[in-house]
Amino acid sequence: MGVKLVFLGRLADLTGVAEREVSAPLDWSTLLDALQGELGGWLASDKVKLAVNGTLLADKMALQANDGDEVALLPPVSGG
Amino acid sequence: MKDVRLLADPFNPGQLVGPFTNAHPGLGGVCTFVGEVRGDDGVEALELTHYEPLTLAGMDALADAALARFDLMGILIAHRVGEMRAGEPIVLVSAAARHRRSAIQAVDFAMDHLKSDAWFWKREKRGGQWHWIDPRPEDHADLARWTS
Repeated sequence: MGVKLVFLGRLADLTGVAEREVSAPLDWSTLLDALQGELGGWLASDKVKLAVNGTLLADKMALQANDGDEVALLPPVSGG
Repeated sequence: MKDVRLLADPFNPGQLVGPFTNAHPGLGGVCTFVGEVRGDDGVEALELTHYEPLTLAGMDALADAALARFDLMGILIAHRVGEMRAGEPIVLVSAAARHRRSAIQAVDFAMDHLKSDAWFWKREKRGGQWHWIDPRPEDHADLARWTS
C-alpha cells in the first residue's frame, strides 16, 4: 500500500505528477531520499509545508507516515 | 447559518445569495462581495488548484472566525476551483446581520483572509504557457489589518 505523496501547485510541475506512492514507513530523511532532489531547494525550504492526512505539521522534520497515510507537500499559497 | 462551498463549475451569484437572504428573516442587511476573474492583458485563463482536506476545512474555520468576531445572523462563503476565464465569478462572500456594519466588516475580513491565507494555488495562462502566481506583499498587509 505505502504512503501517498500529493504535490500541490508548482511542486507538481517539478515532479511531473500530482501524486506518487512511496514505501512506508516514511520520515523526513526517507522523504528526502525518495524525491532525490527532484524538488530542488523547495523541499528543505521553510516555505514548503507538509500535512499528514489533512493535518499540517508544525515541524516537517518530525514527519512520521505509515501505510495508507497521505502526505501533502504544500508550497506557498497564492490565495483565493 | 453557515454555508461554505468549493465549486468546480461556473456559478451564478444571485442563485446563492437569494436563498441565503431568504434564510434569515428579520435581518437588517446583507452585504455581498463577488470577485471575478480580472481581464488582464494577455491572460487567457486562470486555474485554481486546491487540496480538499485543508482548503475546505480552512474556509469553514474562517466562516467560524467571522461568526465569532462579528454580530452576524449568517455567512456564506463560496469559492471556485478549476479553470476560469475573464469575467467569471471566482469568489462570493455574503454576510447577513441585524445591522449593516457587522455585515460589511465580516465580508471585508473574510475576503482579506481568503486572498492571503487560504489553501489555493493559482496559475494563469499567457501566450499558451501557464505561470504560477506568487503571493503579493499587499495580501499580508491586508491580513495585518485584523490582528489588532
